[in-house]
Amino acid sequence: MGLISTGDRVVEHASAKLTFRDPRIEMAHGAGGKASRRLIEELIAPLLMGRSAEPLGDAAIVDVGGARIAVTSDSFVVTPLRFPGGSIGDLAVNGTVNDLAVAGARPVGLLVTFVLEAGLSSQVLEAEVRAMGDAARHAGVRILGGDTKVVEHGKADLMYVTTTGFGELLPGVSLAASSVRPGDRVLVSGPIGDHGITILLARGDLDLEADLSSDTRSVVPLVAALVDAAGSGVRWMRDPTRGGVATALNELARDCGLGIVLAEDRLPVHDGVRGACELLGLDPLHIANEGQFLAIVAPEVAATALAALTATPGGEFAVDIGEIRESPIATVIAETSYGGSRVVDMLVGDALPRIC
Amino acid sequence: MKYVDEFRDPQLITKAADEIRRLAEPGRTYRLMEVCGGHTHAIYRFGLKDLLPPAIELVHGPGCPVCVLPMGRIDDGLAMAEDPRVILTAFGDMMRVPGTKGSLLEYKARGCDVRIVYSPLDALRLAQANPDRHVVFFAIGFETTAPSTALTLKRAKALGVGNFSVFSNHVTIIPAIRAILDSPDMRIDAFVGPGHVSTVIGCRPYEWIATREHKPIVVTGFEPLDLLQSIAMLLRQLREGRAEVENQYNRVVPWEGNRAALEAMADVFERRPFFEWRGMGFISQSALRLSDRYAEWDSEKRFAVPGVQVTDPKAAQCGEVLKGVLRPPDCKLFGTECTPEHPVGALMVSSEGSCAAYYTYVHRKVVAEARWVSSRQATA
Repeated sequence: MGLISTGDRVVEHASAKLTFRDPRIEMAHGAGGKASRRLIEELIAPLLMGRSAEPLGDAAIVDVGGARIAVTSDSFVVTPLRFPGGSIGDLAVNGTVNDLAVAGARPVGLLVTFVLEAGLSSQVLEAEVRAMGDAARHAGVRILGGDTKVVEHGKADLMYVTTTGFGELLPGVSLAASSVRPGDRVLVSGPIGDHGITILLARGDLDLEADLSSDTRSVVPLVAALVDAAGSGVRWMRDPTRGGVATALNELARDCGLGIVLAEDRLPVHDGVRGACELLGLDPLHIANEGQFLAIVAPEVAATALAALTATPGGEFAVDIGEIRESPIATVIAETSYGGSRVVDMLVGDALPRIC
Repeated sequence: MKYVDEFRDPQLITKAADEIRRLAEPGRTYRLMEVCGGHTHAIYRFGLKDLLPPAIELVHGPGCPVCVLPMGRIDDGLAMAEDPRVILTAFGDMMRVPGTKGSLLEYKARGCDVRIVYSPLDALRLAQANPDRHVVFFAIGFETTAPSTALTLKRAKALGVGNFSVFSNHVTIIPAIRAILDSPDMRIDAFVGPGHVSTVIGCRPYEWIATREHKPIVVTGFEPLDLLQSIAMLLRQLREGRAEVENQYNRVVPWEGNRAALEAMADVFERRPFFEWRGMGFISQSALRLSDRYAEWDSEKRFAVPGVQVTDPKAAQCGEVLKGVLRPPDCKLFGTECTPEHPVGALMVSSEGSCAAYYTYVHRKVVAEARWVSSRQATA
């Protein structure tokens, strides 16, 4: 979830009365679940962006002299810096690129800001900068510039990275929660939960091992294939990072006021992720992803859209996981094939260590 | 995934649900208590109530260790955390349980050194890695977790680790079941018996429930098929007028329990004469403290803890819900003042607490469906 407006807002006077009641910031406020949403909607957005009923999206759309561009920004504070399948450098580029892609934009350029801790090995930094360069080349995006700050030893976990991205809106695509209709299908681009569980295991606190790696990657080619195939039949997209698929879909359910019904048995989850989740009492729907996206598509283009995804390299495991219904209003539920159902809520609290 | 997929097989589940419907006698209602919080969570997580006939009421029992811990004990743990020398360690589900002046998580945000561990051995390792600090392990749980605490203490003693102690809040399941059966407002027909606890204590300790109280009890696993099979076994006993201890979870639970675990517990712990349970009051012989042989590692002996008994927030009806007298949504605070994000009572904190399970997996659907029905009526 980003602090991003999808339209023009009027900033209210800073003394506007706030509804944020939490006495201090806790880790849960950064976990991407309910507390994060509260922090943004009840403190940051009202003071900086005014009170608008408009939903917050992955990227802001701004009109610059007639050209409509998408803008987004994201910070990365993951520990450990390197993990199976990627590193903070990959994440910092792919995360921002993906936010632009799911906003219906072609990523063009990035600004990069480093906060480095004194004592950080230059070799480690070099490896991360190289990783960023490779990821940027791969995603077809230029690094335009940035900023560097150094803080005292012990004041940051080796390095933090912030990337700000700009993209050009794809023609013929109009994405909004308000255009989602009952009967629409829910697609996911591949297996969920790999990134969050990989980081959890990479921290080594758990004495658990699994053959897993982070899914960090650019979803630009997959989004392009989907948009090519389904055009204006694509209603809404989101990359389910912190807070996972459950949080992304709960935000959609709330914004569109409709019910989202998932088929529990069709959710794509690797065995290693399932096993770790069973053991730790976590729900794969709450676990972060860094290389997947969700798309809501019109029923008449759903089959074509899915076929286009599965035909694109990296999209082989894309699945139709559910549908939009009129009821239950503004709620996500999961149904089992044997007739049981449960509510899928947003993540409460802080289930995992810093993951992105 | 082995031992999971076969117990979530839709065909077998449908078959078991059909059998339950066949076994339920018309005109009769059944109140079955699942003692264990893990079962409560599984029932809601897998939507099993949708599969049962309305004549079967599942009553949620007291088997959620976080839920039954009285607030005074949490305050005692927090008092230890305030000591700057101390690293307080606890399982993750303890972190958000409210004490009178905040939760462990709030204390952590204020700068106390509170850390989540996944095993008491992690806490011991932390003590070895930080010789200038004192590590307290806030131990909770039934016989499921008590053996790992016991083994950790045996290791601490063998290695002579002096900067480590355990704040024992371990409780035992049998006295709690006895308290429920003695309670005048309880009308339980049969018990879905604890699964994990029974891997340690076995099935024999439940025999009095069948012989003296004439209530069927079936020791049960945690997958959807386990629970449905066990409900069918209970209905069959009731139908045939039997009251026996049966073991549905025999792939994991040996009838005689785990001797090594029981021996470790007997060495390290002794029974407290009485212990306070949230909502249920003081229950005699229901909890474990460290034996004198382990006095050196007993946080209660090393720290001057307040030990003040604290009454629960007045409006919260945790006690009634814990005993199965009230359903979670019938509590006055449910879903308004008390939610998983801002819990008033512990039942709303732990994923095994019946209020949290109901709120997370059922409540919003019920509310949303009611809203939809009323919006349809309004437009009609």
